[in-house]
Amino acid sequence: MNTGIVGYGAYIPRLRIKAEEIAKVWGADEESIKRLVGEKSVPEIDEDATTIAVEASRDAIQRAGINPEKIGAVYVGSESHPYAVKPTASIVAEAVGATPNLTAADLEFACKAGTAGFQAAMGLIEAGRIEYGLVIGADTSQGKPGDALEYTASAGAGAYVLGKKNLIAEIEDTFSFTTDTPDFWRRDGEEFPRHAGRFTGNPAYFRHVISCTKGMMEKLGLNVSDYDYFIFHEPNEKFPLTAAKILGIPKEKILPGLLVPYIGNTYSGNVPLGLAAVLDQAKPGERILATSYGSGAGSDSFSIVVKEGIEEKRKKARLVWDMIKDKVYIDYATYARIRKKIKGV
Amino acid sequence: MTEYAVPFHWRRFKERYLLIGSKCEKCKRYFYPGRAICPVCRRSGSLKDYRFSGKGKVFSYTIIHVPPKGFEAYAPYIIAIIELEEGCKVISQVVDCKPEDIKIGMPVRACFRKIREEDKSGLVLYGFKFRPD
Amino acid sequence: MFDVFEYTKPKRDVAVIGVGTTKFGELWDKGLKELVVEAGIKAVEDAGISGKQLQLLIGGNMSGGMFSGQEHIGALLADYLGLNNIPAIRTEAACASSSVALRIGYLAVASGLYDFVAIGGAEKMTDVYGSQATTTLAGAMDQETEAYFGTTFPGVYALIAKRHMHEYGTTREQLAMVAVKNHENALHNPIAHFQRKIGIDDVLKSPLVADPLRLLDCSPITDGASALILGPADTAKKHTDTPVYIKASAQASDTLSLIGRRNICTLDATVQAARRAYEQAGIQAKDIDFAEVHDCFTINEIIAYEDLGFCKKGEGGKLIEEGVTQLGGKIPVNPSGGLKAKGHPVGATGVAQIVEIVKQLGGEAGKRQVSGAEIGLAHNVGGSGATVCIHILGREK
Repeated sequence: MNTGIVGYGAYIPRLRIKAEEIAKVWGADEESIKRLVGEKSVPEIDEDATTIAVEASRDAIQRAGINPEKIGAVYVGSESHPYAVKPTASIVAEAVGATPNLTAADLEFACKAGTAGFQAAMGLIEAGRIEYGLVIGADTSQGKPGDALEYTASAGAGAYVLGKKNLIAEIEDTFSFTTDTPDFWRRDGEEFPRHAGRFTGNPAYFRHVISCTKGMMEKLGLNVSDYDYFIFHEPNEKFPLTAAKILGIPKEKILPGLLVPYIGNTYSGNVPLGLAAVLDQAKPGERILATSYGSGAGSDSFSIVVKEGIEEKRKKARLVWDMIKDKVYIDYATYARIRKKIKGV
Repeated sequence: MTEYAVPFHWRRFKERYLLIGSKCEKCKRYFYPGRAICPVCRRSGSLKDYRFSGKGKVFSYTIIHVPPKGFEAYAPYIIAIIELEEGCKVISQVVDCKPEDIKIGMPVRACFRKIREEDKSGLVLYGFKFRPD
Repeated sequence: MFDVFEYTKPKRDVAVIGVGTTKFGELWDKGLKELVVEAGIKAVEDAGISGKQLQLLIGGNMSGGMFSGQEHIGALLADYLGLNNIPAIRTEAACASSSVALRIGYLAVASGLYDFVAIGGAEKMTDVYGSQATTTLAGAMDQETEAYFGTTFPGVYALIAKRHMHEYGTTREQLAMVAVKNHENALHNPIAHFQRKIGIDDVLKSPLVADPLRLLDCSPITDGASALILGPADTAKKHTDTPVYIKASAQASDTLSLIGRRNICTLDATVQAARRAYEQAGIQAKDIDFAEVHDCFTINEIIAYEDLGFCKKGEGGKLIEEGVTQLGGKIPVNPSGGLKAKGHPVGATGVAQIVEIVKQLGGEAGKRQVSGAEIGLAHNVGGSGATVCIHILGREK
């Protein structure tokens, strides 16, 4: 039997700032900004990638119903790890009670660091070397003040307990597409990332997401009509919808996983959260294709079939839409204070 | 704030991350923080590690307006005595709650948050706080 | 409740034969040793003895280390008081450091092993910046269960106040009355940190420190030192016309952190120490003529009324509202101005309370004199009630 999802969990911080609130401060054209993303999630001052990874992981383990000591690997993918050197994964492992008999590491591949962790854990599980793996994509990324990315860089985490037993969803297969394409990067020591403007579109996002998704379906001999849901990495609302159009995917199959208008781009949390939102409503037997995208660049695709037992486990922890709706708005001044964009804070 | 060396914090990681205390198997009482001697049974007691469920109620609270060193960025914040469902009490912050909304008796549940940073280059210290349930 | 040990009579009674104190306030030009020497010399002169007669020196000081980088306070006291070679100890019990010093000195004289013992209390709090002073005082809490999460010392008492208001209906105004009364009393105390009248409104409008406690609910950061000389009761009249006798000396402990308390609205250590003290002195709460209690925060004075037995649990607010503890009332409390207005150099407070009681019993309290003062009680608390030390003094043995 294949590897699959034993339990899943999500975490979205409660604070929100509206795109128009940011736009007001920078004097940008409100209407066009509004068309991209409505609002984004902001972590509280005492939240970081580690704390949100732990919250999502605890929910995942709650749904999985396993003894955390049986987790054999913890992988955390993020581009906002609190330490440049010192793993988030070991803190998460300690905070969920998985220590000491396990392996752990942090991963970086821009927004696809979380899904890269999936593949690493799947390998260990399928080889029979571990029983369960905990994989997380979590970010509390920052955008440079005034830059386009400031409107979308948000915070969120998705966590998955993978294994071979008591699955709520089976991962049929995975496929990846990777090239050296520097569309978005941050040098060590720099506070904010840089991006290559319009180059981030066709040669970067679209080339990798489309090629990977096609490759996934070809490998399995399936096509769009075999899938009930598609989840694409969503840096903004336009890109995933355009990718869907190119692939001939009807809009209804994309919308359940489309969270960016409500919470922004959660970077490494993006596809893990989109997948969690879909798992919150998917029925046994339905098929999901999730494709992540990480700048630099690469995509990982996963073909997933939902199994019986998901309805029962779903109830055991927080739902993505409940967290999206549980929100408190803040203004730019509060946002700047919390995100330490003010000197001397 | 005095910066203590790593072991000072490290030996408390597990209890602060997972909300672990002690249960005396003899008198069935729960204690936070964990103890080596049961204050009731003393040496005839039998204490084992116990991970609390994290669920509890607000027993008393205050809003800290003048924070101690290291907590300046977080003020004002709510500090509360939480009575855990197992019967013993802990003190920590209550988050995701406006100061005007907190009440004695409010049900809360433990969550994992940052406590403070030992400045820009030191450790990040984590622990349990509580959010409205 | 815990056991109350059966009281054993001491070998002999003990008297306070001399007292001395510095002014309390922000004493920029005086370091720890200047404060100690000033108070010590005054006490020795007041007792009319020679320094050479002193056999033991005990000083209460909460944190010379964190306020001045200076530990080994006992040695510092002996050295700068010119008392080299006599044994010198520092006692520490947070804000109860010097009442504990007095207790140890009492035991030394009562046992018959020592005749003349000098007891001091001192704290130099203004050689560090405010946030460091706050951090140092936070050492009185439980570091791991309270301070770690961002609780402050006012925060701990605020938690108590909130619960007391919830359980007994104590009001914000009643808390404010404590500060107002104590400021009024301090107008007549020449050594007080503050000599400034305040009204209830001033308290209620002062900035929030830890809700519901505001700036004027909190005792200040103060420098100061006080000292006294103990001697055998039988020969006390040789040194002073108005010796004051220690009728009781009692101390009790409770959990360091609030979370272990039986009931956070009661300081069990006060109840226990008071019971032992009343038993030793052979009196009851109603026999106390006046008291100096530990109003580090206004709520603590209200709780002290209850725990010392001046009124029922929960009725402390009513007691002050009815004027019972005013200077002209039935049991004047904190005629000195208390910690709030006289000031609270933490290590000095225990002894400073005794100095006030001695002055009252000797009829030397001027405009703040409690009329007909025969028996006074000093109530000193460490931290949020983990140490309580109570002394009862009287004009008769």
